[in-house]
Amino acid sequence: MAKTICKRLGLLVVTLLLVTFLAFLAFSILPGDPTHSILGLNATQEQIDTLRAQLGLDLPLWQRYFNWLAGLFTGNLGTSYNYDMPVGQLLAGRVGVTATLAGLAFVLIVVISIPLGILCARYEGGVVDRVLTVLNQITMSIPNFLLGFLLTFLFSLVLRWFVVGSFSAATAQGIGDWLGYLFFPALAIALPKAAMTVKMLRSSILGEMKEDYVRTAYSKGNSKGAVLWRYALRNAMIPVITFLAMTIADIVAGSIVVEQVFAVQGIGQMLVTSIGNRDYPVVQAIVAFIALIVVVCNFAADALYRVMDPRLRQR
Amino acid sequence: MRKKNWYLTLGLVLTVLSVGYSALGLFWTPYSSTAMSGPDRYALPSLAHPFGCDHMGRDVFSRTLEGASATLTIALAVVVIGFVAGLVIGALCGYYGGVADAVIMRLCDAVAAFPSVLLGLVILAITGPGKYNVIAALGILFIPSFARLTRGEFLKYRDRDFVKAARLMKVSPLRIIFRHILPNTWPVLLSGLTIGFNNAVLAEASMSYLGIGVGPGDTSLGRMISEAQSYFTTAPWLVLFPALVTILLILGAGMLGEGIRERLGER
Amino acid sequence: MPSKFKRALLLLAVVAMLPASLYGCTGGTDPSQSPTASAQSGESSDHGNSVTVGIAQDLDSLDPHKAVAAGSTEVLFNIFEGLVKASSDGGVREAVASDYQVSEDGLTYTFTLREGVTFHNGDPVTVEDVVYSLERCAGSENDGTPLISAFSNVTGIEAPDDTHVVITLAEPSLEFIYSLTAGIIPAGSGDGIAQNPVGTGPFAFVSYTPQDSLVMEKNENYWGEPAHLDQVTFRIITNSDTLVMSLQSGSLDMAIHVPNTQASQVEGQFTVVEDTMKLVQALYLNNAVEPFDDVRVRQALCYAIDVQQIIDFVCDGAGVPVGSTIYPAFTKYYMEELTQAYPYDVEKAKQLLSDAGYPDGFTMDITVPGNYAQHVQTGEVIAEQLKAVGITANIVQVEWETWLSQVYQDRDYQSTVCGVSASDMTAREMLIRYVSDYQNNFINFNDAEYDQAVTDGITTLDEAEQETLYKRAETILSEQAASVWLQDLCDLTVMSPDLDGLILYRTYVLDMSTIYYK
Repeated sequence: MAKTICKRLGLLVVTLLLVTFLAFLAFSILPGDPTHSILGLNATQEQIDTLRAQLGLDLPLWQRYFNWLAGLFTGNLGTSYNYDMPVGQLLAGRVGVTATLAGLAFVLIVVISIPLGILCARYEGGVVDRVLTVLNQITMSIPNFLLGFLLTFLFSLVLRWFVVGSFSAATAQGIGDWLGYLFFPALAIALPKAAMTVKMLRSSILGEMKEDYVRTAYSKGNSKGAVLWRYALRNAMIPVITFLAMTIADIVAGSIVVEQVFAVQGIGQMLVTSIGNRDYPVVQAIVAFIALIVVVCNFAADALYRVMDPRLRQR
Repeated sequence: MRKKNWYLTLGLVLTVLSVGYSALGLFWTPYSSTAMSGPDRYALPSLAHPFGCDHMGRDVFSRTLEGASATLTIALAVVVIGFVAGLVIGALCGYYGGVADAVIMRLCDAVAAFPSVLLGLVILAITGPGKYNVIAALGILFIPSFARLTRGEFLKYRDRDFVKAARLMKVSPLRIIFRHILPNTWPVLLSGLTIGFNNAVLAEASMSYLGIGVGPGDTSLGRMISEAQSYFTTAPWLVLFPALVTILLILGAGMLGEGIRERLGER
Repeated sequence: MPSKFKRALLLLAVVAMLPASLYGCTGGTDPSQSPTASAQSGESSDHGNSVTVGIAQDLDSLDPHKAVAAGSTEVLFNIFEGLVKASSDGGVREAVASDYQVSEDGLTYTFTLREGVTFHNGDPVTVEDVVYSLERCAGSENDGTPLISAFSNVTGIEAPDDTHVVITLAEPSLEFIYSLTAGIIPAGSGDGIAQNPVGTGPFAFVSYTPQDSLVMEKNENYWGEPAHLDQVTFRIITNSDTLVMSLQSGSLDMAIHVPNTQASQVEGQFTVVEDTMKLVQALYLNNAVEPFDDVRVRQALCYAIDVQQIIDFVCDGAGVPVGSTIYPAFTKYYMEELTQAYPYDVEKAKQLLSDAGYPDGFTMDITVPGNYAQHVQTGEVIAEQLKAVGITANIVQVEWETWLSQVYQDRDYQSTVCGVSASDMTAREMLIRYVSDYQNNFINFNDAEYDQAVTDGITTLDEAEQETLYKRAETILSEQAASVWLQDLCDLTVMSPDLDGLILYRTYVLDMSTIYYK
């Protein structure tokens, strides 16, 4: 067991190294220079060269990468070029915001999709199933920024349930403030994903229902509902769990857009701005953080497979 | 007697409609999609302009025709790249497992975890703006999810009795993968495929929104929607029609996928 | 001035659309209408006399000597003051200095410190603080490279006694005084000023959260007219649709630089004050590459592009045309007649193109920075207009940072649509950038007569002569069709109808001290 965990951790580190190195590679391909946004348009070449040396940008790529890695192992994420502030300090509050947003979105997805998916499969071909399937498809086809805009318009301007633009991680009073506001962007992220999960779960259950073991269960006199609950659901959940684990990456990616629409100061918005400013230490830290989340979730999905599917457990 | 396949019929009808619509946009539009006209700015839908005109007096109908063909091309190309590559990678990894599987899956994780904004910008820097940078960026991003999905399915089947039997009969591994296991995975993969198509259409829109999608010279549904959103209260038809065409496109593909899945399930 | 008249008309048009109760309450440009008396009377309790202002861009620095973005300087104007500060008529007025003299040869500036000016931390401002601040601008803490480029002209900064500071220049410059709006900070602040911004302005810094907000409160000990508001919060909301919805939902009382598309959504509910952006939007042409190295091709483009249509389509008619690199806020130098130099004329454009050897037109790239919707849309309109003369224009949308590297720095482009402004509010800066060997002459303009006119104009001490030379330079840019000059974009400020007192400046200033609740 300990050996397995060590192996897993090793693989996790490999993935993180890969992602962060890809990010470094990206910086060297992207045109632009961090000194522009610091010195402005009228900087002289001497000013630019001095600053580049100060920031260590004149070093070769691999050396910068190893310096960054060395810093990472000592808990030092570097200093933001633009904010002249330790990256850890800059991101501290924002990580919480995005994590809350993503967590809330994930919970919403699960809460909405699992019951609906089961419902659709149970009454396959019925009115409920058909109406939900069509509604599902429509929800899936609205781009997240438009959905965010529409939700803001409806809940903030028409119904006045929340005040758009009032969220500030700096001044928020307790968790109630956070959840009350973040519920709406979370909904914007969750709705399309929930729709996809419903579809996924429905077809997965229907697939399982045609398996031999299900027929056996029927022949033993079980009702359709009982077969579904006791036998098919467990196996049908396997691809859904894979899908949900992959959804985490999509949720975080979706938050980049949705944070902008709802004026939520999370890491998504910070990522976009920092890429724009070529504030590499900040981008690097965010990329590493997102990668960590995604990788951990995928491992969790793998682990869940083993729990759900006894055939895999034996090996 | 086979029961009526409701989804298949509806899906076929919608797909023919939306593909036909997009195909029409390749060859014909009532006006040039970029022709501007001062007096027609913010024109309401009328006989001359069935979908109205935008803030520069451009015909929204013509633009949705052209935009639909661009969006469809991008989405199809992305899905084909992602699906084919993902299928091969996922099938081999799932069937064989081992070290190669672990390494490739980590690489997939790395790509999946890489922010699409950054990847989009990098590819934009390499290829320059246009349809192809969008296709390349999204194609790469879509491989890991298809690969994971396929791998998960293969893991489920590789130790089933029919596979074991085939192995004992010395059937070649490739044949086992593609002839014995693959057909069983179709129901799940098809759902994945339609969701992938759906995601590709949405991702194209998001990229336009973030300024790394198709350039201003090109039209796509995503770009139209992201531009038109600002006019939501003053000229809602600017966002309504491209959104409807997008829904039509995705709905058709989704229903069709559902219908085919049902059909396969019956066999 | 006709263009000003036009702006006044547009302003009236905006006001006319507001409910009758708001009539005439739109912010004027006359600072003499100080609203002190009324400000004290009608204070309602629900807003607590504080205002939240939406801004689209985060501040690039809180260090007054290092902040370079216009969006930062306009906010920091409220916290920091120089020896002099910008006045709304485009000139400067005394601030930390109560008086100054310039020697006959224009090389020596003697400032008398104002009595009773204190920093926000309570310390009185001394000559040491002033000398320290100015030396810092000149590069004392930065291996001699000036933080503010105009200070490279400074040879000496001295304090002969406790109340005077003397600055000597290497070369005379009528425009140097504008650089002395650089903030005075406590001696020894160093780079820590960015974390703890202490100045002398009407508002004192309270807190700043990157990409979230900056809060400042009234400076009770301000030497001049105190601010009306007790607290001002700047909220950073990058998405302009969200910015407008935040106004409507009530989380913002005011927003600046609102695009006209978004502003039109709140017309009637909010006061919309119109001004210009103080920049020159143009189709900038790379004069060093084919086919734009031929003046006839450049002129052909000027004829082929209908500026008024661009203003109508992109700005709903609310921009002010420009015919050269000086925008209307420089009232002294702006030449309105140049906007008529190339009237829209497709035939003439075709003729010029065939004279230049392009009877069938050509294909060109227009690079546009994608984060500015107005530039992108302008590119789209231009591409469409150029079709009429046989030119196929591809719009290449790039990200801002890429634009800076490829276009502005490496000059690796054919043409680009962007806006160029003067960060130090001088006409000099607008003109010097097209001197052939100037480091940021990104259009590669090269004209000996122009170089001469600008160089002479910069160093002359005779204001009338400077005006003549600058106007000559502007005219050359027009005659040579250095680029296709388009417009100064409109700049809209949206405020709650309860607010009043906005004073429009001719430079990048958002003076919150005059804003009050009605």
